[in-house]
Amino acid sequence: MIIYIIPLRFPDNKLLEDLSSTLSNAFKLPASILRKSFPLDEGYDAVRNQFNSSWILSRLLKLAPEHSCKILGVTSVDLYVPVLTFVFGEAQVEGKAAVVSSYRLRDELYGLPKNPERLKERLEKEAIHELGHTFGLIHCREPECVMHSYTYAEEIDFKSKNFCNTCSALLENKKAQPPS
Amino acid sequence: MNFSKNGKSVSILVVDDELSVRDSLTKWFTEDGYKADSAADATEALKKLKPGAWDIIFLDIKLPGMDGMELQHRIKSIDPNATIIMITAYASVDTAVKSLKEGAYDYVTKPVDPDYLSHLVANVIKQRRLVSENIQLKEQIQELYEIDQIVGESPAMSKVFDLIKTVAPTDTTVMIKGESGTGKELIARAIHSNSARRFFPIITVNCGGLTEGLTESEFFGHEKGAFTGAQYRRKGKFEMANGGTIFLDEVGNIDSKAQTDLLRVIETKQFTRVGGDEMIKVDFRLICATNRDLELAVKEERFREDLYYRLNVFSISIPPLRERRSDIPLLCNYFLKKLANSINKPITRFSSEAMEQLEVYHWPGNVREMRNAIERAVVVAKGSSITVDDLPIPSSSEALPEDQSLEAVERAQIKNVLEQMGWNITRSAEILGIDRATLYHKIEKYGLRK
Repeated sequence: MIIYIIPLRFPDNKLLEDLSSTLSNAFKLPASILRKSFPLDEGYDAVRNQFNSSWILSRLLKLAPEHSCKILGVTSVDLYVPVLTFVFGEAQVEGKAAVVSSYRLRDELYGLPKNPERLKERLEKEAIHELGHTFGLIHCREPECVMHSYTYAEEIDFKSKNFCNTCSALLENKKAQPPS
Repeated sequence: MNFSKNGKSVSILVVDDELSVRDSLTKWFTEDGYKADSAADATEALKKLKPGAWDIIFLDIKLPGMDGMELQHRIKSIDPNATIIMITAYASVDTAVKSLKEGAYDYVTKPVDPDYLSHLVANVIKQRRLVSENIQLKEQIQELYEIDQIVGESPAMSKVFDLIKTVAPTDTTVMIKGESGTGKELIARAIHSNSARRFFPIITVNCGGLTEGLTESEFFGHEKGAFTGAQYRRKGKFEMANGGTIFLDEVGNIDSKAQTDLLRVIETKQFTRVGGDEMIKVDFRLICATNRDLELAVKEERFREDLYYRLNVFSISIPPLRERRSDIPLLCNYFLKKLANSINKPITRFSSEAMEQLEVYHWPGNVREMRNAIERAVVVAKGSSITVDDLPIPSSSEALPEDQSLEAVERAQIKNVLEQMGWNITRSAEILGIDRATLYHKIEKYGLRK
């Protein structure tokens, strides 16, 4: 199993490389950056000025190589699902694809000074969180577990990059199962 | 993971004709650990609906075929306990408000803020849990005072049970007559717990223990500074019983001033606190109990006749234990099981001699005396059965005094209990089922000395 990271209008290469290494450590799986052309604008909603993350997921699946893998889109644009005002990311529970956005993780969006280190931390946590869903993990009640769901960017800082013992055991169990 | 009270995962149904809304909401809830499913229209929703199947239903107001409002009615008729949250586009807020009036829990406007949605669902789950806990607690309270807590199979007790069942659902004033220790308070509680007032308190006033002069304050409360020592405003028993039942035990003991006050509050259902001028309205059901002959007290003008008739609307007479001897083995075994369990002792039976003694004893203190006797026996018993030596009652040969007049029996029993309790007045009064003042009165009357 391998984790592919696909940048979707994400210009910060250093951040992507760091993310690749973090994901590899978190899931104990190889991770690789895969650069492919992607028609992101087709998922754009002019009225909302946002990109439909569910549409992005469906297109990401088409890019997934044949063999067993997880595929994570990383973008800097603002994401939404139709019924919600925004999402930090979206994933297929027990599926292959996930997408995460740095747009609402940036301090400057909330009138605060730019903080690249904090952005990196938040992006890593949300990327692990969304990929966790692809392994079948659901939201966890442990406030420090990376699978805990927060809906405010500053709340993401409360949790760690780690899985709690239960989620960790579930993850290992899922990884050991043959892919469906 | 999110679990409902009964341990199963919370279930959410999303009913919306827009595929993207159905998909994104079910996905969102699945990620949260809920069991989520969706339906595209009313027909599909109704197919998936059965009582208890869904905890929360998100319902789009505009649906093809049958609209959300109509579907809301149908859902409520199939599963009134499901929590319905309407989903609306911006333009249909008026309809959403209308649906709230029809019983929907809340509505969300598309697109909804994720934080709002998370908190909304968390609040619904919390509220459903509280409602379910509340129902369970009420059921437990009801079980606590079910009529079957009162033990007896004799024809005399069967008649009492029938009377309780007849009068409980009404709001009629009840007078319970019976000797001390026959379980008058238990009967009052059984009536209360089988009435529509059972979710409100039953307040007991032991009229035999009221200090003369303070009865009014006890009944109606007082304002701060109403009298020396009234440092705070205090609610009276009638105010505390608002919505529920007030049980006046040993009502025959109240003085003439309290009798007048009582008559007034029964007639008007309102009063003022001592030292206050605010008229307080109360809604209560009245149950009284007495071990005295109130008709005689009326004849002797010690009890107001008009009050007597107000109190004696529906009368229940509880037979003394000696008049329902067939219940004695049943009661003894009931108390043995209950009391042995409570202190975790493996005592399961009475020896045949002990049971014989229990059956012939005249039980002047009635069921209360029996309970106390068995409690003591359970404490002192060594083996798996209670023997004659464990019982704190006289053996059958000495059970009855030579002079078997009621007074002689009462004198002998009081003397017996006082001696057993080392002349501890409080404890003896408790065992005899009378208040301390009455015990002092009887000690004096019978000339008893240490």
